[in-house]
Amino acid sequence: MTSWTVGTVASTESETPTGRSIWLDVPGWQGNLPGQHVDVRLTAPDGYQATRSYSIASSGPEPRVQLAVDRLPDGEVSPYLVNDLLPGDMLELRGPLGGWFVWKDDDVRPVQLIAGGSGVVPLVAMVRAHAASGSTVPMQLLYSVRSPEDRFFATELESVEGVTFQYTREAPDGWTGALGRVSGELLKASTLPPPSAVFVCGPTGFVETVADLLVELGHDPGTVKTERFGGK
Amino acid sequence: MVDHVDGNALAGPLSELFRDDMTTATGRCASCGDVSVLAEAMVYDASPGWSVRCHACGDVLMVIVRTADRLRLDLRGISALEVSG
Repeated sequence: MTSWTVGTVASTESETPTGRSIWLDVPGWQGNLPGQHVDVRLTAPDGYQATRSYSIASSGPEPRVQLAVDRLPDGEVSPYLVNDLLPGDMLELRGPLGGWFVWKDDDVRPVQLIAGGSGVVPLVAMVRAHAASGSTVPMQLLYSVRSPEDRFFATELESVEGVTFQYTREAPDGWTGALGRVSGELLKASTLPPPSAVFVCGPTGFVETVADLLVELGHDPGTVKTERFGGK
Repeated sequence: MVDHVDGNALAGPLSELFRDDMTTATGRCASCGDVSVLAEAMVYDASPGWSVRCHACGDVLMVIVRTADRLRLDLRGISALEVSG
């Protein structure tokens, strides 16, 4: 059983107009693989509890863990994490959780990462782990977002080779791509061909569309791993 | 209507019952016979818990109820569960 523990907020950083990242010090943290998540639990004064899962942007053995959270308008947990949580505050969590949606640095297959919105968080952990490991397998990221300001970890990702941004509503000056959702044509032009290991994370509709398109492009469904975080 | 998520989200709740990470366990659907890792199942919010459905046929695999002091797992739609190791 993965027990509940208490982390202390070390710092927070604004990432997008509705999202931010949170560094937590978690005593006794066992380290985590890139792609894993934690459950965060809030308890109201009357005892009511709400639990939600958040991906970890960091990985490795360090007991300092980075989460990145997008605020959902009608959310029970994310508005508190994005608006109210301050350095020094304590947060109840358990993890690391999930052994399926993870990238391991001894995997020799080329890796294609595909993110929609804040679905980039676990994939950023993989990008960082790939760089840190010195792995020589190709890794690429296709990151679909509404607009430039909606990108998590924008500055960091701009400096990483193999990252392609796709804008759905508003593009930065000088961007030559076509605005719009990820299409089969875009996947064919901007992602690694099969055979490769593919990780797709984002809102449910995004993930299902992209996963279907990948199979149409010849990817074996068994090589496409997906993680959905809901949405309307 | 909020969309479903997937079995990855069950890692925490199921860790209360099982020693192994169950998102990498394979389950066989009692209805259609599909064998898949639990991470691929469709998970619907059914507060105070979740309804878990086969990604192939949509039938209910299991129902999890989590209250403040109890966890109940109804495995009505899984005819076999397998972990590696």
